[in-house]
Amino acid sequence: MTEQRLDGHLNEEYILQVEDLWVSYQAERGTVKAVCGVSFNLRAGETLAFIGESGCGKTTLGLTFIRLLPATARVERGRIWYSRGTEAVDVLAMHEQELRHFRWRECAMIFQGAQNAFNPVLRIWDQVLDTARAHGETDKKKIRQRMEELFQLVQLEPRRVLRAYPHQLSGGMRQRVLIALGLLLNPSLVILDEPTTALDILTQRSVIDVLRGLKERLQFSLILISHDLSLAAELADRVATMYAGKIVELASVWDIYYRPHHPYTVGLIRAVPTLSGDRGRLISIPGSPPDLINPPTGCPFHPRCPYTTERCQEEEPPLQAVSPTHHVACWHWEKVIAEGGERMLTKAEA
Amino acid sequence: MSTQPNGLLELHRIERTFKVGRNLIRVLDDVSFSVQAGEVLCLVGESGCGKTTTGKIAAGLLPPTQGEVRYKGQNVWAMPKAAFREYRRAVQIIHQDPYASLNPTQRVVNILTAPLLRHKLVRNRREAVEKALELLQVVDLTPPEDFLNKYPHQLSGGQRQRVSVARALTVQPQFLVADEAVSMLDVSIRVSLLQMLERLREEMHVAYLFITHDLAVAKYFAWDGRIAVMYLGRIVEIGPTPQIIHRPRHPYTQALLSALPEADPKATRTKERIQLRSLDVPSLLNIPPGCPFHPRCPLFQPGLCDTRIPSLAPVDGGVKVACHVVTEGAAQ
Repeated sequence: MTEQRLDGHLNEEYILQVEDLWVSYQAERGTVKAVCGVSFNLRAGETLAFIGESGCGKTTLGLTFIRLLPATARVERGRIWYSRGTEAVDVLAMHEQELRHFRWRECAMIFQGAQNAFNPVLRIWDQVLDTARAHGETDKKKIRQRMEELFQLVQLEPRRVLRAYPHQLSGGMRQRVLIALGLLLNPSLVILDEPTTALDILTQRSVIDVLRGLKERLQFSLILISHDLSLAAELADRVATMYAGKIVELASVWDIYYRPHHPYTVGLIRAVPTLSGDRGRLISIPGSPPDLINPPTGCPFHPRCPYTTERCQEEEPPLQAVSPTHHVACWHWEKVIAEGGERMLTKAEA
Repeated sequence: MSTQPNGLLELHRIERTFKVGRNLIRVLDDVSFSVQAGEVLCLVGESGCGKTTTGKIAAGLLPPTQGEVRYKGQNVWAMPKAAFREYRRAVQIIHQDPYASLNPTQRVVNILTAPLLRHKLVRNRREAVEKALELLQVVDLTPPEDFLNKYPHQLSGGQRQRVSVARALTVQPQFLVADEAVSMLDVSIRVSLLQMLERLREEMHVAYLFITHDLAVAKYFAWDGRIAVMYLGRIVEIGPTPQIIHRPRHPYTQALLSALPEADPKATRTKERIQLRSLDVPSLLNIPPGCPFHPRCPLFQPGLCDTRIPSLAPVDGGVKVACHVVTEGAAQ
């Protein structure tokens, strides 16, 4: 089983198989390389989190999966195989009609800050109906029943909330309505982009608990896109660290947090303060994020990395399997592991 | 006055109301604290709890409806003009959004020299530019010459926030109000900004009112200072940071800490959660009688919590808590 390259034929274990995906944007200054050769497989029922900082390409990636990229974007290369029972279809080759069926019925995406995207003059129930109708579901009774079920799962009072206007609901409630709405047509793949950003702690907690409960009950596959490492720690089965449009590390949530192999992952995790223990030491990653129009040669992280050697500046490390479940794109991962990433800390404090 | 028994900046029984349509909402009620020179006080709480309003009142951007803001023991809203100007110089604020708080039409050099010239802290423009270069160095924007002629849009979020800090430092403040100053920044940049702010405290003895919704950041930044937890316009618990984080007394503080997800899968998935009786935050238009937290509180005692407002009372460890149930338990 390799994570990076597929043999071209369908593997039923996976709901999504992404192969060598490249996406760029046309900007005035030049071509912004937002996603550069991303490959991964998503198992059915699995939660995979993409973590990374602003501009690492994670949102672009999510938009590519459901073909909602803005007009300035171009998919340069790649395949996105979605498994539909026994056949696999390339999302990138779908025509309009097929795409309409794919979106929401098979794959739902819940966008960042979308709790503010409700139509303010329509009651929640009307917005539910609109959505259902737009996707060919017309049986009102059936929709109502499904929505009431889902609302119960996301801990909302169906009668009150369906009748409410968006402004009568709190941010957390709207976010839960949106999650329920995303699940209305029973998709097998859900993409969540920053689902808890801008929510308060207690609200965030309820959204996290709701998501965990829904996953257990409904068994969909989940792609979680977030800059928030604690959210990935809560929900993910596997985590992919992204940097400069590339996956630089892909492993189980335990390996990512307790045995990170890539210096950037080490930096990200140790830059976040925790509640337990003393004050602790934090890592600050030196330098600034890469320019995606003129990305650095070799390993994109080399200008900020304390492990850099000449090879890193010239040759780009491929995402390689260091164990059956752990992939990393770094020439020096063995050194990073041996030192426990200590060099990140020393450089930051020097 | 040379003695400062009540600290550098003191908020004394502050109340603040706002008129919204026909309604009068009370955003702050009976908020008191004082901050010594070089000290850090973190204000934490969820949106709408009054953190930002408290920050604005502390910085003199907003007068309180009731109560006094005292700078070096003097009520700032009853001061002579010159003294007020001195207070406004000494207390500066750093806003949350570095994209909104810098004038987009001004180059960094103008952003930094304008306050220097305005407050006559330099003799001429040449001196002002020299000072600006020095300040850019202080906030780790190096080499400073590269940044002087840039417009804000040419800078990253982290760099802009550093310019905001440099601007605040132009007037040599003794007290900085930092309102979610690092919240919008990416994690890798956030730490270096926190470390820079900390260095200012060590080297220039600057005091902070550090406002954040992130308890882990509060713990890190105010480890040798204090944390005050706010809920619906009141301080419900205040004390030394290690006490608040590791031994929270107020049920709201406990709920917040137990709800917080952490970047540690084992810890965050096995953490014991405190269940609240209700998820809904009451509206400021309709603050519950008695303790404002009582409709959600797991320790709620009918007849006690819904009738009297608890005031902050000392318990052990230098902590003060506003909770009938906790303080009664401590007294017994």
